[in-house]
Amino acid sequence: MTTPAHDALELIGLRAGYGSIEVLHGVSLRVPPATVVALLGPNGAGKSTLLKVASGTITPKDGCLHVGGVHVNGADAAALARAGICRIPEGRGIFPNLTVAENLRMWTGVGDLKPAEVAERTYGRFPRLGERRKQVAGTLSGGEQQMLAMSRALLVDPAVLLLDEISMGLAPLIVAELYELVGSLAQQGIAILLVEQFAQTALAVADHAVILSHGRVTRTGTPAEVEEHLSAAYLGGAA
Amino acid sequence: MTTFLALSLTGLVVGCIYALTACGLVVTYTTSGVFNFAHGAIGMVAAFTYWQLSVAWGWPAPLAFLTVLLVLAPLLGAVVERVLVRPLYGAPIGVTLVATLGLLVTLLGVGFLAWPPDTTRVLPKFFEGHTITVFSLVIDYNQLLVIVTSIAVAVGLRVFFSGTRLGIAMRAVVDDPELAALAGTKPERVSQLSWALGAGLAALAGVLLAPLQTLNVTDLTLLVINGYAAAMAGRLRNLPATVAGALVIGISSSLVLGYAGPQVVNYVRPAIPMILLFVAVLFLKQERLRAGSLAGLRMPRTAGLRQSVGVGLGFVVVAGLVSGQLSPASLAIGGQGMVLAFIMLSLVLLSGYGGQVSLCQLTFAGLGAYAMGKSGGGALGLLAAIALPAAAGALVALTVVRLRGLFLALATLAFAQAMDQIFFNHALGYGGTLEIPRPRLPLVDTGDDRAYFVLLAVVFALGAIGLLTLRRRAFGRRLIALNDSPAASATMGVSPVMTRLLVFTLASAVAGLGGALLGGLHGSVSPNDFLLLNSCVLLLLATLGGLYTPTGAFLAAMSYAFFPELQKLVPELGQVQFLLTGLGVLALGRNRYGIGGQIADAGERLRSLRVHQVDRVEVARAAG
Ligand SMILES: Nc1ncnc2c1ncn2[C@@H]1O[C@H](COP(=O)(O)OP(=O)(O)OP(=O)(O)O)[C@@H](O)[C@H]1O
Ligand SMILES: [Mg+2]
Repeated sequence: MTTPAHDALELIGLRAGYGSIEVLHGVSLRVPPATVVALLGPNGAGKSTLLKVASGTITPKDGCLHVGGVHVNGADAAALARAGICRIPEGRGIFPNLTVAENLRMWTGVGDLKPAEVAERTYGRFPRLGERRKQVAGTLSGGEQQMLAMSRALLVDPAVLLLDEISMGLAPLIVAELYELVGSLAQQGIAILLVEQFAQTALAVADHAVILSHGRVTRTGTPAEVEEHLSAAYLGGAA
Repeated sequence: MTTFLALSLTGLVVGCIYALTACGLVVTYTTSGVFNFAHGAIGMVAAFTYWQLSVAWGWPAPLAFLTVLLVLAPLLGAVVERVLVRPLYGAPIGVTLVATLGLLVTLLGVGFLAWPPDTTRVLPKFFEGHTITVFSLVIDYNQLLVIVTSIAVAVGLRVFFSGTRLGIAMRAVVDDPELAALAGTKPERVSQLSWALGAGLAALAGVLLAPLQTLNVTDLTLLVINGYAAAMAGRLRNLPATVAGALVIGISSSLVLGYAGPQVVNYVRPAIPMILLFVAVLFLKQERLRAGSLAGLRMPRTAGLRQSVGVGLGFVVVAGLVSGQLSPASLAIGGQGMVLAFIMLSLVLLSGYGGQVSLCQLTFAGLGAYAMGKSGGGALGLLAAIALPAAAGALVALTVVRLRGLFLALATLAFAQAMDQIFFNHALGYGGTLEIPRPRLPLVDTGDDRAYFVLLAVVFALGAIGLLTLRRRAFGRRLIALNDSPAASATMGVSPVMTRLLVFTLASAVAGLGGALLGGLHGSVSPNDFLLLNSCVLLLLATLGGLYTPTGAFLAAMSYAFFPELQKLVPELGQVQFLLTGLGVLALGRNRYGIGGQIADAGERLRSLRVHQVDRVEVARAAG
């Protein structure tokens, strides 16, 4: 694999938080294209916060946020979405009161796809969504909702995909299906930053892993290297 | 048959206008999550602006029509979103509710100022003089325009909201603005567009309605209430059901007007939409709608018994001293402020502590005055002035006890408006004005204005002390727990139903007694004293005062009562009272504790300052 000129996503000494509470105390992290980076760490470490900063939902207080080598501190979420950042939030990243088809219509705000192509890409991958296109999304099963949320990644061709605990509360079979999709998206060249509670699941698909605890990066390396330190990080993090 | 058709046609036209209003309400609600009480007021301002452009300044009607509809009204909507709605994002629903009520009153103030009610303004009908005849039924072009426009708007909205990306985005933004942003949509811009659209629809309804009657600021503003029932029929969500509801209301009202005897017409017809609204609010399933309350704000510290009795005594003494210096006119105004403050105590209890929004407190006050007047005064009269409103309050509470936030507000609004129309406005009620005697006391001559003023001060002080005592007791804590978290307090063994019932009844009794005393102050009352709009202003004033403290209630009431005096000094101010109240509420966007909260805070700061000083002295002593 050749090293491209720029990382798809780069965080340098990033500080951010909520109001006066700082959650991230200077975090640096790189995600090259076509790479899956697993972001692990105990509850409350700041993983979700990091993804929110990277997607423009929270503005960093200090440090640099680079997307494709361009400095984008202060850009809002909608602008970053247009710049190729796609974050699937924790919980269900869908609009519960819209139908499946209307949700998909919302996803194409960035890409401007034809309806036929939208149908092909999503329903081709997740036929169950195709059967339920007129159903209100809030009444879908948890797995179907997560498929619908993930279908945004299929439709917008993002440069960077930020995934926050997509396996939460789902059956192993569906998790496997979703991770298969993650793998194939990475192969298409998308840079993926993956937050996951179940370290094993994430490390299995990751090229690279980072442990975050108390708002600081405490370890980076290959999945094998990081796995060794994992329990220490979680226990240490809890202390 | 021809009569039937003609009546149906009139009803259809009115129903179409209700449908337009109701659709506007639904649009704003589904696209921003805010029920806009000022919807009718926007329509009113638009209608007057249209009159100004087309009649007063002689613009061609189509140009004026399009300017108002496509430029001015959307602009107003966008500004309102930016200035009023956006800062309140994430605030409890009760707060946004009061904010749009504030906007309603502000726009009323603007209306009164810009178009003083002393001249009659009439808008010509559109296409005056042109008619077509269908099956011996004469339809004029104006009616045709209304019907065609309504159909076009209803169909257009439906296509827009389910078929276009912007329309879908407007609905999506209410669901989850953060996710909408992640999907590349700017939530603020979409919200702003939806407010512009809502205001445009309000303006359309206002401009179409205006030629059917003489232009009147309050009538145009309140006519929208008839659309509320239709909007509720669509559960604030479903446009076809909303339109159907509006047509039923319009046509049934018109048929009743045409066929029923004058008795029924006078008593019942104006109240039909209100009764339907009440029923709709009560019986439609609401699980997916967001309710809410005025809850979730930090409470100021509650004064202890000794402190409140001390302050109360001081208050009465000061009132006694001041009363000696006041002119008879000022005594009357001060007395009015005092009674208003007392009635507001019922809102501190109900809304401040209990988090329930009521728009019918003055209705209970009116019932109190009515009981006092009809019973001829005396101890029995006072008792009746408390018992009748309390009984009515308990009855209302029994029916609305499940409701919270917006739904409670709408139900109380319907009750107030219906009582206005059926009871107060007719022989059943006052029949013009009703003489109200003052309560008689041993040793004190209440006929003397100064003595009566001091008596009012005593009553207010007692009420405030009682309220604060209640607040400190188990009942007060239960009430506040219920307000913070109904579910949690249910598990604590608090019966929410019983608590709500009690507090509503108690608040009605307080308002009733206040109404009787108010009547006694002026010697008589008229239906105009207890209008729905005045109840709204009362709630806004109480909110301005902070809703949590008797002090705030007192200050807000007094400044409101004395404002007309200021006006006499500066006559150019005109009807500025409404405007200022409204603006004051709008300013609450950032400071939600009001005047009373500020004062309580200042007191707190002083106290902690003193404590620190004592500490320092002691430290110094220890060191030395
Ligand atoms: N909206 C918010 N306002 C204030 N503080 C917040 C907010 N969201 C998160 N926090 C705080 O920020 C810290 C980090 O939270 P974050 O959600 O980023 O953790 P996380 O690593 O994703 O945890 P988990 O694994 O449980 O999802 C926590 O202490 C949390 O309490
Ligand atoms: Mg998280």
